[in-house]
Amino acid sequence: MKAWIAFWNILAKDMRSYYLKPPNISWGLLFPMVWIAMFFIRSGLGMESLPNLLPGLVALSILFGTTSVLSVTVTFEKKGRSFERLLLAPISLQLLMLAKTTGAIIFGVVNAFVPLLIASLFVDISSARWAVMAPAIFLIAVSSTFLGLFIAVSVKEVFEAQTFSNFFRFPMIFLCGLFFPVEQLPIWLRPLSYALPLTYGVDALQASIRQAGHMPIGLDLAVLAAFCVVLFGISLRNIQRKWII
Amino acid sequence: MTNAIEVSGLAKRFEDVQAVADVSFDVRQGELFGFLGPNGAGKTTTINMLTGLARPDAGTITIAGIDCSKNPKAAQHLMGIVPDESNLYPELSGFENLCFCGALYGMSKPDRIARARELLDSFGLAGAAGRKFAGYSKGMKRKLTIAAGIIHSPSILFLDEPTSGIDVASARQIRQLIAQLNAAGTTIFLTTHYIEEAERLCRRIAFIVNGRIVRIDSVENLMRQSDGRHVVQFAVSQNAASLCDAVSSEFAHLQCRAVSETGIRVESSEPVQVGPLVRLLEDNGAEVFEARRMRPSLEEVFVRITGIEAGAMKQEKEKAKMGGGQ
Repeated sequence: MKAWIAFWNILAKDMRSYYLKPPNISWGLLFPMVWIAMFFIRSGLGMESLPNLLPGLVALSILFGTTSVLSVTVTFEKKGRSFERLLLAPISLQLLMLAKTTGAIIFGVVNAFVPLLIASLFVDISSARWAVMAPAIFLIAVSSTFLGLFIAVSVKEVFEAQTFSNFFRFPMIFLCGLFFPVEQLPIWLRPLSYALPLTYGVDALQASIRQAGHMPIGLDLAVLAAFCVVLFGISLRNIQRKWII
Repeated sequence: MTNAIEVSGLAKRFEDVQAVADVSFDVRQGELFGFLGPNGAGKTTTINMLTGLARPDAGTITIAGIDCSKNPKAAQHLMGIVPDESNLYPELSGFENLCFCGALYGMSKPDRIARARELLDSFGLAGAAGRKFAGYSKGMKRKLTIAAGIIHSPSILFLDEPTSGIDVASARQIRQLIAQLNAAGTTIFLTTHYIEEAERLCRRIAFIVNGRIVRIDSVENLMRQSDGRHVVQFAVSQNAASLCDAVSSEFAHLQCRAVSETGIRVESSEPVQVGPLVRLLEDNGAEVFEARRMRPSLEEVFVRITGIEAGAMKQEKEKAKMGGGQ
Protein backbone atom coordinates (compact mmCIF):
# COMPACT_ATOMS: atom_id res chain seq x y z
CA MET A 1 0.00 0.00 0.00
CA LYS A 2 2.76 2.46 1.01
CA ALA A 3 4.71 1.67 -2.15
CA TRP A 4 1.61 2.42 -4.24
CA ILE A 5 1.22 5.82 -2.55
CA ALA A 6 4.75 6.56 -3.76
CA PHE A 7 3.96 5.13 -7.22
CA TRP A 8 0.85 7.27 -7.65
CA ASN A 9 2.53 10.46 -6.43
CA ILE A 10 5.57 10.03 -8.68
CA LEU A 11 3.22 9.51 -11.63
CA ALA A 12 0.99 12.46 -10.67
CA LYS A 13 4.00 14.76 -10.21
CA ASP A 14 5.46 13.81 -13.60
CA MET A 15 2.11 14.30 -15.32
CA ARG A 16 1.78 17.76 -13.77
CA SER A 17 5.40 18.79 -14.17
CA TYR A 18 6.06 17.46 -17.65
CA TYR A 19 3.31 15.78 -19.65
CA LEU A 20 0.40 18.17 -19.05
CA LYS A 21 2.47 21.26 -19.76
CA PRO A 22 1.10 23.27 -22.73
CA PRO A 23 4.23 22.83 -24.91
CA ASN A 24 3.94 19.06 -24.63
CA ILE A 25 0.22 18.99 -25.33
CA SER A 26 0.66 21.20 -28.37
CA TRP A 27 3.59 19.03 -29.52
CA GLY A 28 1.37 15.97 -29.18
CA LEU A 29 -1.33 17.58 -31.35
CA LEU A 30 0.86 19.46 -33.77
CA PHE A 31 3.32 16.76 -34.64
CA PRO A 32 0.84 14.20 -36.09
CA MET A 33 -1.04 16.93 -37.91
CA VAL A 34 2.13 18.21 -39.58
CA TRP A 35 3.00 14.70 -40.71
CA ILE A 36 -0.49 14.14 -42.13
CA ALA A 37 -0.33 17.43 -44.01
CA MET A 38 3.18 16.69 -45.26
CA PHE A 39 2.22 13.31 -46.67
CA PHE A 40 -0.84 14.60 -48.41
CA ILE A 41 0.98 17.53 -49.96
CA ARG A 42 3.93 15.31 -50.99
CA SER A 43 1.90 12.42 -52.40
CA GLY A 44 -0.89 14.45 -53.97
CA LEU A 45 -3.26 11.64 -53.02
CA GLY A 46 -6.87 12.12 -51.95
CA MET A 47 -8.52 11.45 -48.61
CA GLU A 48 -9.19 7.85 -49.63
CA SER A 49 -5.50 7.11 -49.02
CA LEU A 50 -5.73 8.27 -45.41
CA PRO A 51 -6.33 4.76 -43.96
CA ASN A 52 -3.10 3.64 -45.68
CA LEU A 53 -1.14 6.34 -43.88
CA LEU A 54 -2.95 5.99 -40.57
CA PRO A 55 -0.96 3.05 -39.04
CA GLY A 56 2.32 4.88 -39.70
CA LEU A 57 1.00 8.15 -38.29
CA VAL A 58 -0.34 6.49 -35.17
CA ALA A 59 2.97 4.68 -34.61
CA LEU A 60 4.95 7.87 -35.23
CA SER A 61 2.81 9.89 -32.79
CA ILE A 62 3.36 7.30 -30.07
CA LEU A 63 7.09 6.96 -30.75
CA PHE A 64 7.82 10.68 -30.60
CA GLY A 65 5.32 11.34 -27.79
CA THR A 66 6.88 8.78 -25.47
CA THR A 67 10.59 9.08 -26.18
CA SER A 68 10.79 12.89 -26.41
CA VAL A 69 9.76 13.68 -22.86
CA LEU A 70 10.92 10.66 -20.88
CA SER A 71 14.53 10.51 -21.97
CA VAL A 72 14.96 14.23 -21.38
CA THR A 73 13.20 14.41 -18.00
CA VAL A 74 14.98 11.43 -16.50
CA THR A 75 18.35 12.79 -17.67
CA PHE A 76 17.39 16.24 -16.33
CA GLU A 77 16.43 14.86 -12.90
CA LYS A 78 19.56 12.72 -12.79
CA LYS A 79 21.72 15.72 -13.63
CA GLY A 80 19.99 17.88 -10.99
CA ARG A 81 20.33 15.02 -8.47
CA SER A 82 16.59 15.05 -7.66
CA PHE A 83 16.51 11.51 -9.07
CA GLU A 84 18.58 10.47 -6.03
CA ARG A 85 15.50 11.17 -3.87
CA LEU A 86 13.64 8.50 -5.79
CA LEU A 87 16.51 6.01 -5.57
CA LEU A 88 16.65 6.57 -1.80
CA ALA A 89 12.91 6.05 -1.31
CA PRO A 90 11.91 2.73 0.24
CA ILE A 91 10.31 1.32 -2.91
CA SER A 92 11.68 -1.28 -5.28
CA LEU A 93 13.59 -0.12 -8.33
CA GLN A 94 11.09 -1.92 -10.58
CA LEU A 95 8.10 -0.06 -9.14
CA LEU A 96 10.00 3.23 -9.14
CA MET A 97 10.85 2.94 -12.83
CA LEU A 98 7.31 1.84 -13.67
CA ALA A 99 6.08 4.99 -11.91
CA LYS A 100 8.53 7.12 -13.89
CA THR A 101 7.53 5.53 -17.21
CA THR A 102 3.75 5.25 -16.77
CA GLY A 103 3.29 8.97 -17.51
CA ALA A 104 5.08 8.56 -20.84
CA ILE A 105 3.03 5.46 -21.66
CA ILE A 106 -0.24 7.33 -20.99
CA PHE A 107 1.02 10.29 -23.02
CA GLY A 108 1.92 7.94 -25.92
CA VAL A 109 -1.49 6.25 -25.85
CA VAL A 110 -3.29 9.61 -25.82
CA ASN A 111 -1.09 10.79 -28.70
CA ALA A 112 -2.12 7.75 -30.71
CA PHE A 113 -5.72 8.92 -30.68
CA VAL A 114 -4.91 12.32 -32.18
CA PRO A 115 -4.39 11.05 -35.76
CA LEU A 116 -7.22 8.53 -35.29
CA LEU A 117 -9.63 11.31 -34.29
CA ILE A 118 -8.48 13.57 -37.11
CA ALA A 119 -8.80 10.71 -39.62
CA SER A 120 -12.29 9.83 -38.38
CA LEU A 121 -13.42 13.32 -39.44
CA PHE A 122 -12.53 12.56 -43.06
CA VAL A 123 -12.82 8.80 -43.59
CA ASP A 124 -14.76 5.90 -42.16
CA ILE A 125 -12.53 3.92 -39.80
CA SER A 126 -15.37 2.01 -38.17
CA SER A 127 -14.14 -1.24 -39.74
CA ALA A 128 -10.94 -1.03 -37.65
CA ARG A 129 -10.43 -4.03 -35.32
CA TRP A 130 -10.22 -2.29 -31.96
CA ALA A 131 -9.49 -5.52 -30.13
CA VAL A 132 -6.20 -5.67 -32.03
CA MET A 133 -5.56 -1.94 -32.21
CA ALA A 134 -5.89 -1.32 -28.46
CA PRO A 135 -3.20 -3.81 -27.37
CA ALA A 136 -1.03 -2.77 -30.32
CA ILE A 137 -1.21 0.91 -29.32
CA PHE A 138 -0.52 0.02 -25.69
CA LEU A 139 2.46 -2.21 -26.50
CA ILE A 140 3.94 0.32 -28.94
CA ALA A 141 3.61 2.96 -26.20
CA VAL A 142 5.25 0.70 -23.61
CA SER A 143 8.09 -0.46 -25.87
CA SER A 144 8.79 3.11 -27.08
CA THR A 145 8.73 4.39 -23.51
CA PHE A 146 11.18 1.71 -22.42
CA LEU A 147 13.35 2.61 -25.40
CA GLY A 148 13.28 6.19 -24.05
CA LEU A 149 14.26 4.87 -20.64
CA PHE A 150 17.10 2.85 -22.16
CA ILE A 151 18.31 6.05 -23.87
CA ALA A 152 17.99 8.09 -20.64
CA VAL A 153 20.06 5.57 -18.71
CA SER A 154 22.71 5.43 -21.43
CA VAL A 155 23.54 9.14 -21.46
CA LYS A 156 24.65 11.79 -18.99
CA GLU A 157 23.63 15.11 -20.53
CA VAL A 158 20.19 16.32 -21.62
CA PHE A 159 21.42 17.18 -25.15
CA GLU A 160 22.86 13.67 -25.46
CA ALA A 161 19.42 12.26 -24.67
CA GLN A 162 17.91 14.21 -27.55
CA THR A 163 20.66 13.25 -29.97
CA PHE A 164 20.61 9.60 -28.96
CA SER A 165 16.78 9.52 -29.23
CA ASN A 166 17.01 10.71 -32.82
CA PHE A 167 19.68 8.11 -33.54
CA PHE A 168 16.95 5.52 -32.96
CA ARG A 169 13.82 7.41 -34.02
CA PHE A 170 14.65 8.72 -37.46
CA PRO A 171 15.93 5.41 -38.88
CA MET A 172 12.79 3.77 -37.44
CA ILE A 173 10.58 6.09 -39.51
CA PHE A 174 12.05 4.57 -42.67
CA LEU A 175 12.89 1.05 -41.52
CA CYS A 176 9.74 -0.02 -39.68
CA GLY A 177 7.17 0.06 -42.46
CA LEU A 178 5.53 3.30 -41.31
CA PHE A 179 5.02 4.76 -44.77
CA PHE A 180 6.19 2.03 -47.11
CA PRO A 181 6.27 -1.71 -46.48
CA VAL A 182 9.35 -3.42 -45.11
CA GLU A 183 9.19 -5.69 -48.19
CA GLN A 184 10.10 -2.71 -50.38
CA LEU A 185 13.35 -2.13 -48.51
CA PRO A 186 16.62 -3.49 -49.93
CA ILE A 187 17.00 -7.07 -48.80
CA TRP A 188 20.16 -6.29 -46.77
CA LEU A 189 18.25 -3.71 -44.69
CA ARG A 190 15.37 -5.95 -43.79
CA PRO A 191 17.08 -7.80 -40.90
CA LEU A 192 17.58 -4.39 -39.27
CA SER A 193 13.86 -3.67 -39.67
CA TYR A 194 12.95 -6.92 -37.95
CA ALA A 195 15.30 -6.07 -35.10
CA LEU A 196 13.25 -2.96 -34.28
CA PRO A 197 10.09 -3.18 -32.14
CA LEU A 198 8.14 -0.60 -34.13
CA THR A 199 8.11 -2.89 -37.20
CA TYR A 200 5.87 -5.30 -35.29
CA GLY A 201 3.73 -2.47 -33.88
CA VAL A 202 3.12 -0.99 -37.32
CA ASP A 203 2.32 -4.45 -38.71
CA ALA A 204 -0.30 -4.97 -35.95
CA LEU A 205 -1.76 -1.52 -36.69
CA GLN A 206 -1.86 -2.34 -40.41
CA ALA A 207 -3.75 -5.50 -39.55
CA SER A 208 -6.20 -3.71 -37.29
CA ILE A 209 -6.89 -0.64 -39.46
CA ARG A 210 -6.50 -2.03 -43.02
CA GLN A 211 -6.54 -5.80 -42.43
CA ALA A 212 -3.18 -5.72 -44.22
CA GLY A 213 -0.66 -7.13 -41.77
CA HIS A 214 2.20 -9.24 -43.09
CA MET A 215 2.82 -11.25 -39.94
CA PRO A 216 0.42 -13.05 -37.60
CA ILE A 217 -1.05 -10.59 -35.08
CA GLY A 218 -0.18 -12.90 -32.20
CA LEU A 219 3.47 -12.83 -33.30
CA ASP A 220 3.45 -9.00 -33.58
CA LEU A 221 2.07 -8.57 -30.09
CA ALA A 222 4.29 -11.28 -28.58
CA VAL A 223 7.45 -9.75 -30.10
CA LEU A 224 6.41 -6.27 -28.90
CA ALA A 225 5.82 -7.65 -25.40
CA ALA A 226 9.22 -9.35 -25.51
CA PHE A 227 10.89 -6.05 -26.51
CA CYS A 228 9.14 -4.37 -23.53
CA VAL A 229 10.49 -6.95 -21.09
CA VAL A 230 14.01 -6.90 -22.55
CA LEU A 231 14.28 -3.07 -22.76
CA PHE A 232 12.93 -2.65 -19.22
CA GLY A 233 15.25 -5.37 -17.91
CA ILE A 234 18.32 -3.86 -19.59
CA SER A 235 17.39 -0.39 -18.31
CA LEU A 236 17.01 -1.65 -14.74
CA ARG A 237 20.33 -3.47 -14.94
CA ASN A 238 22.01 -0.34 -16.33
CA ILE A 239 20.52 1.80 -13.53
CA GLN A 240 21.86 -0.60 -10.92
CA ARG A 241 25.22 -0.71 -12.65
CA LYS A 242 25.60 3.00 -13.46
CA TRP A 243 23.54 4.91 -10.92
CA ILE A 244 23.92 2.72 -7.83
CA ILE A 245 27.64 2.45 -8.27
CA MET B 1 22.68 1.04 24.43
CA THR B 2 22.12 -0.57 21.00
CA ASN B 3 23.80 0.71 17.88
CA ALA B 4 21.84 2.52 15.19
CA ILE B 5 24.60 2.02 12.62
CA GLU B 6 27.26 -0.68 12.56
CA VAL B 7 29.85 -0.69 9.83
CA SER B 8 32.63 -3.21 9.51
CA GLY B 9 35.45 -3.48 6.97
CA LEU B 10 33.72 -1.25 4.44
CA ALA B 11 35.64 -0.79 1.19
CA LYS B 12 34.96 0.82 -2.16
CA ARG B 13 37.18 1.26 -5.17
CA PHE B 14 36.56 3.44 -8.25
CA GLU B 15 38.84 2.18 -11.01
CA ASP B 16 42.35 2.88 -9.69
CA VAL B 17 41.25 4.98 -6.70
CA GLN B 18 40.60 3.31 -3.33
CA ALA B 19 37.85 5.67 -2.15
CA VAL B 20 37.12 3.85 1.12
CA ALA B 21 39.32 1.21 2.74
CA ASP B 22 38.53 -0.98 5.73
CA VAL B 23 36.23 1.53 7.40
CA SER B 24 34.62 0.32 10.63
CA PHE B 25 32.61 2.27 13.20
CA ASP B 26 29.43 2.20 15.26
CA VAL B 27 26.94 4.96 15.85
CA ARG B 28 24.88 4.58 19.01
CA GLN B 29 21.17 5.09 19.09
CA GLY B 30 20.36 8.76 19.71
CA GLU B 31 23.95 9.82 19.11
CA LEU B 32 25.13 12.77 17.02
CA PHE B 33 28.16 11.32 15.25
CA GLY B 34 30.52 13.50 13.24
CA PHE B 35 32.40 12.30 10.17
CA LEU B 36 35.22 14.68 9.35
CA GLY B 37 37.73 14.71 6.59
CA PRO B 38 39.10 16.73 3.71
CA ASN B 39 37.64 16.83 0.23
CA GLY B 40 37.86 13.42 -1.42
CA ALA B 41 38.53 11.62 1.87
CA GLY B 42 35.61 9.24 1.32
CA LYS B 43 32.87 10.87 3.39
CA THR B 44 30.21 11.06 0.67
CA THR B 45 31.13 7.62 -0.66
CA THR B 46 30.64 6.24 2.85
CA ILE B 47 27.24 7.97 3.20
CA ASN B 48 26.24 6.69 -0.24
CA MET B 49 27.08 3.13 0.79
CA LEU B 50 25.18 3.47 4.07
CA THR B 51 22.07 4.86 2.39
CA GLY B 52 22.02 2.57 -0.64
CA LEU B 53 23.28 4.87 -3.38
CA ALA B 54 26.51 2.91 -3.72
CA ARG B 55 27.39 -0.74 -3.38
CA PRO B 56 30.35 -1.61 -1.14
CA ASP B 57 33.06 -3.86 -2.58
CA ALA B 58 33.53 -5.38 0.86
CA GLY B 59 32.30 -5.07 4.42
CA THR B 60 29.01 -5.16 6.25
CA ILE B 61 26.46 -2.48 7.04
CA THR B 62 23.81 -2.92 9.71
CA ILE B 63 21.21 -0.19 10.18
CA ALA B 64 18.93 -0.51 13.24
CA GLY B 65 19.74 -4.20 13.38
CA ILE B 66 18.89 -4.77 9.68
CA ASP B 67 21.68 -6.16 7.52
CA CYS B 68 21.85 -3.79 4.55
CA SER B 69 25.05 -5.16 3.02
CA LYS B 70 23.22 -7.18 0.39
CA ASN B 71 19.89 -5.36 0.34
CA PRO B 72 20.41 -1.61 0.75
CA LYS B 73 16.64 -0.97 0.42
CA ALA B 74 15.87 -2.95 3.58
CA ALA B 75 16.30 -0.06 6.01
CA GLN B 76 15.61 2.94 3.80
CA HIS B 77 12.24 3.53 5.49
CA LEU B 78 14.12 4.28 8.75
CA MET B 79 16.53 6.76 7.22
CA GLY B 80 16.30 10.42 6.39
CA ILE B 81 18.90 11.70 3.97
CA VAL B 82 20.00 15.27 3.40
CA PRO B 83 22.54 15.32 0.57
CA ASP B 84 25.30 17.88 0.23
CA GLU B 85 23.32 19.64 -2.50
CA SER B 86 19.77 20.96 -2.13
CA ASN B 87 18.20 18.62 -4.64
CA LEU B 88 14.46 19.22 -4.39
CA TYR B 89 12.24 19.82 -7.41
CA PRO B 90 12.66 23.40 -8.71
CA GLU B 91 9.23 23.47 -10.34
CA LEU B 92 7.36 22.51 -7.15
CA SER B 93 6.57 24.86 -4.26
CA GLY B 94 8.07 24.31 -0.82
CA PHE B 95 4.84 22.77 0.41
CA GLU B 96 4.48 20.51 -2.66
CA ASN B 97 8.08 19.37 -2.34
CA LEU B 98 7.55 18.31 1.29
CA CYS B 99 4.27 16.54 0.48
CA PHE B 100 5.89 14.73 -2.44
CA CYS B 101 8.82 13.59 -0.27
CA GLY B 102 6.33 12.38 2.35
CA ALA B 103 4.50 10.39 -0.31
CA LEU B 104 7.77 8.70 -1.32
CA TYR B 105 7.81 7.23 2.21
CA GLY B 106 4.19 6.09 1.93
CA MET B 107 2.68 8.76 4.18
CA SER B 108 -1.07 9.24 3.77
CA LYS B 109 -2.28 12.53 2.33
CA PRO B 110 -3.62 14.02 5.62
CA ASP B 111 -0.45 12.96 7.45
CA ARG B 112 1.94 14.47 4.94
CA ILE B 113 -0.04 17.71 4.67
CA ALA B 114 -0.09 18.13 8.47
CA ARG B 115 3.61 17.28 8.80
CA ALA B 116 4.60 19.55 5.90
CA ARG B 117 2.78 22.47 7.56
CA GLU B 118 4.39 21.67 10.91
CA LEU B 119 7.89 21.58 9.38
CA LEU B 120 7.39 24.74 7.33
CA ASP B 121 6.36 26.48 10.54
CA SER B 122 9.24 25.19 12.63
CA PHE B 123 11.81 25.95 9.90
CA GLY B 124 10.46 29.49 9.49
CA LEU B 125 9.39 28.83 5.92
CA ALA B 126 5.60 29.08 6.29
CA GLY B 127 5.58 32.41 4.46
CA ALA B 128 7.34 30.86 1.47
CA ALA B 129 5.34 27.61 1.41
CA GLY B 130 3.60 28.43 -1.86
CA ARG B 131 6.71 29.73 -3.62
CA LYS B 132 8.57 27.57 -6.12
CA PHE B 133 11.75 25.99 -4.76
CA ALA B 134 13.71 27.49 -7.67
CA GLY B 135 13.04 30.96 -6.22
CA TYR B 136 14.28 30.18 -2.70
CA SER B 137 17.52 31.63 -1.34
CA LYS B 138 20.41 29.24 -0.61
CA GLY B 139 19.64 29.20 3.12
CA MET B 140 15.94 28.57 2.51
CA LYS B 141 16.77 25.78 0.07
CA ARG B 142 19.02 24.15 2.63
CA LYS B 143 16.36 24.38 5.35
CA LEU B 144 13.68 22.93 3.08
CA THR B 145 16.04 20.12 2.03
CA ILE B 146 16.57 19.26 5.70
CA ALA B 147 12.79 19.43 6.27
CA ALA B 148 12.31 17.04 3.34
CA GLY B 149 14.82 14.68 4.93
CA ILE B 150 12.80 14.46 8.14
CA ILE B 151 9.26 14.65 6.72
CA HIS B 152 8.71 10.97 7.61
CA SER B 153 10.22 11.37 11.10
CA PRO B 154 13.18 9.03 10.49
CA SER B 155 14.98 7.48 13.43
CA ILE B 156 18.36 7.91 11.68
CA LEU B 157 19.29 11.07 9.81
CA PHE B 158 22.25 11.39 7.44
CA LEU B 159 23.34 15.00 7.02
CA ASP B 160 25.96 15.67 4.37
CA GLU B 161 27.47 19.14 4.80
CA PRO B 162 24.22 20.70 6.04
CA THR B 163 25.52 24.26 6.47
CA SER B 164 27.92 24.46 3.57
CA GLY B 165 27.78 27.61 1.46
CA ILE B 166 25.00 29.41 3.34
CA ASP B 167 24.88 32.63 5.36
CA VAL B 168 25.87 32.74 9.03
CA ALA B 169 22.33 33.29 10.36
CA SER B 170 20.87 30.36 8.39
CA ALA B 171 23.79 28.13 9.39
CA ARG B 172 23.19 28.99 13.05
CA GLN B 173 19.49 28.22 12.74
CA ILE B 174 20.24 24.90 11.04
CA ARG B 175 22.70 23.96 13.80
CA GLN B 176 20.00 24.68 16.37
CA LEU B 177 17.54 22.52 14.44
CA ILE B 178 20.07 19.70 14.28
CA ALA B 179 20.63 19.92 18.03
CA GLN B 180 16.85 19.91 18.63
CA LEU B 181 16.35 16.87 16.40
CA ASN B 182 19.07 15.03 18.25
CA ALA B 183 17.65 16.05 21.61
CA ALA B 184 14.31 14.61 20.45
CA GLY B 185 15.99 11.24 19.96
CA THR B 186 17.02 11.17 16.28
CA THR B 187 20.35 9.50 15.60
CA ILE B 188 22.37 11.85 13.40
CA PHE B 189 25.31 11.01 11.15
CA LEU B 190 26.88 14.33 10.21
CA THR B 191 29.60 15.03 7.72
CA THR B 192 31.04 18.51 7.73
CA HIS B 193 34.21 20.33 6.92
CA TYR B 194 33.43 23.01 9.53
CA ILE B 195 35.40 21.61 12.44
CA GLU B 196 33.95 24.10 14.90
CA GLU B 197 30.48 22.89 13.86
CA ALA B 198 31.40 19.30 14.65
CA GLU B 199 32.98 20.36 17.94
CA ARG B 200 29.80 22.18 18.94
CA LEU B 201 27.30 19.52 17.86
CA CYS B 202 28.83 16.08 17.98
CA ARG B 203 29.32 13.67 20.84
CA ARG B 204 31.82 11.49 18.97
CA ILE B 205 33.86 12.16 15.88
CA ALA B 206 35.63 10.04 13.29
CA PHE B 207 38.44 11.54 11.22
CA ILE B 208 38.71 10.03 7.75
CA VAL B 209 41.68 10.66 5.48
CA ASN B 210 42.35 8.99 2.13
CA GLY B 211 39.47 6.59 2.66
CA ARG B 212 40.69 5.36 6.04
CA ILE B 213 39.50 6.25 9.51
CA VAL B 214 42.48 7.61 11.43
CA ARG B 215 40.75 8.24 14.76
CA ILE B 216 37.34 7.83 16.41
CA ASP B 217 36.69 9.23 19.87
CA SER B 218 34.48 11.48 21.93
CA VAL B 219 35.12 15.19 21.58
CA GLU B 220 36.23 15.38 25.24
CA ASN B 221 38.73 12.56 24.82
CA LEU B 222 40.09 14.02 21.61
CA MET B 223 40.74 17.28 23.43
CA ARG B 224 41.96 15.74 26.67
CA GLN B 225 44.38 13.22 25.25
CA SER B 226 45.71 15.54 22.63
CA ASP B 227 49.28 15.78 23.84
CA GLY B 228 49.31 15.89 27.67
CA ARG B 229 50.31 19.56 27.64
CA HIS B 230 48.91 22.10 30.13
CA VAL B 231 48.55 25.65 28.92
CA VAL B 232 47.61 28.80 30.85
CA GLN B 233 47.33 32.17 29.20
CA PHE B 234 47.62 35.43 31.16
CA ALA B 235 46.40 38.89 30.26
CA VAL B 236 48.70 41.43 31.86
CA SER B 237 48.93 45.22 31.90
CA GLN B 238 52.37 45.67 30.31
CA ASN B 239 55.61 44.40 28.87
CA ALA B 240 54.85 40.72 28.41
CA ALA B 241 58.28 39.90 26.97
CA SER B 242 60.28 40.98 30.05
CA LEU B 243 57.71 39.32 32.36
CA CYS B 244 58.28 36.08 30.45
CA ASP B 245 62.02 36.29 31.11
CA ALA B 246 61.26 36.66 34.84
CA VAL B 247 58.91 33.65 34.78
CA SER B 248 61.44 31.49 32.93
CA SER B 249 64.25 32.31 35.38
CA GLU B 250 62.06 31.65 38.44
CA PHE B 251 60.23 28.53 37.19
CA ALA B 252 62.61 26.53 35.01
CA HIS B 253 60.10 23.76 34.33
CA LEU B 254 57.72 26.19 32.57
CA GLN B 255 57.95 27.35 28.97
CA CYS B 256 56.85 30.94 28.78
CA ARG B 257 56.15 32.93 25.59
CA ALA B 258 54.85 36.42 25.00
CA VAL B 259 51.96 36.10 22.55
CA SER B 260 51.40 39.87 22.41
CA GLU B 261 52.41 43.04 24.23
CA THR B 262 50.04 42.09 27.07
CA GLY B 263 49.63 38.34 26.61
CA ILE B 264 51.73 35.53 28.14
CA ARG B 265 51.39 31.86 27.34
CA VAL B 266 52.77 29.38 29.87
CA GLU B 267 53.11 25.71 28.97
CA SER B 268 54.13 22.69 31.01
CA SER B 269 53.94 18.92 31.03
CA GLU B 270 52.54 19.18 34.58
CA PRO B 271 49.53 21.15 35.82
CA VAL B 272 50.40 24.84 36.06
CA GLN B 273 49.98 26.42 39.51
CA VAL B 274 48.51 29.84 38.88
CA GLY B 275 48.95 31.45 42.36
CA PRO B 276 52.78 31.65 42.43
CA LEU B 277 52.79 32.87 38.84
CA VAL B 278 50.34 35.70 39.54
CA ARG B 279 52.38 36.76 42.57
CA LEU B 280 55.60 36.80 40.52
CA LEU B 281 53.99 38.86 37.78
CA GLU B 282 52.62 41.35 40.31
CA ASP B 283 56.00 41.54 42.08
CA ASN B 284 57.42 42.56 38.71
CA GLY B 285 55.03 45.53 38.54
CA ALA B 286 52.34 44.06 36.31
CA GLU B 287 48.65 43.91 36.91
CA VAL B 288 47.12 40.52 36.08
CA PHE B 289 43.67 40.85 34.56
CA GLU B 290 42.97 37.26 33.60
CA ALA B 291 44.42 33.75 33.83
CA ARG B 292 42.74 31.28 31.52
CA ARG B 293 43.40 27.56 31.21
CA MET B 294 43.58 26.83 27.51
CA ARG B 295 42.45 23.59 25.94
CA PRO B 296 43.35 22.71 22.38
CA SER B 297 40.66 23.32 19.79
CA LEU B 298 39.32 20.39 17.80
CA GLU B 299 40.92 22.04 14.82
CA GLU B 300 44.35 21.67 16.42
CA VAL B 301 43.57 18.05 17.25
CA PHE B 302 42.46 17.44 13.68
CA VAL B 303 45.61 19.00 12.25
CA ARG B 304 47.81 16.96 14.59
CA ILE B 305 46.05 13.67 13.84
CA THR B 306 45.56 14.06 10.11
CA GLY B 307 48.43 16.35 9.23
CA ILE B 308 45.98 18.42 7.20
CA GLU B 309 45.49 22.12 7.82
CA ALA B 310 41.80 22.69 8.58
CA GLY B 311 41.79 26.03 6.78
CA ALA B 312 43.13 24.41 3.62
CA MET B 313 40.46 21.72 3.87
CA LYS B 314 37.73 24.36 4.14
CA GLN B 315 39.07 26.35 1.21
CA GLU B 316 39.39 23.24 -0.91
CA LYS B 317 35.81 22.23 -0.14
CA GLU B 318 34.42 25.69 -0.89
CA LYS B 319 36.35 25.71 -4.17
CA ALA B 320 34.87 22.34 -5.10
CA LYS B 321 31.37 23.65 -4.27
CA MET B 322 31.87 26.69 -6.48
CA GLY B 323 33.00 24.42 -9.27
CA GLY B 324 29.91 22.25 -9.04
CA GLY B 325 30.51 20.00 -6.09
CA GLN B 326 32.66 16.98 -5.69
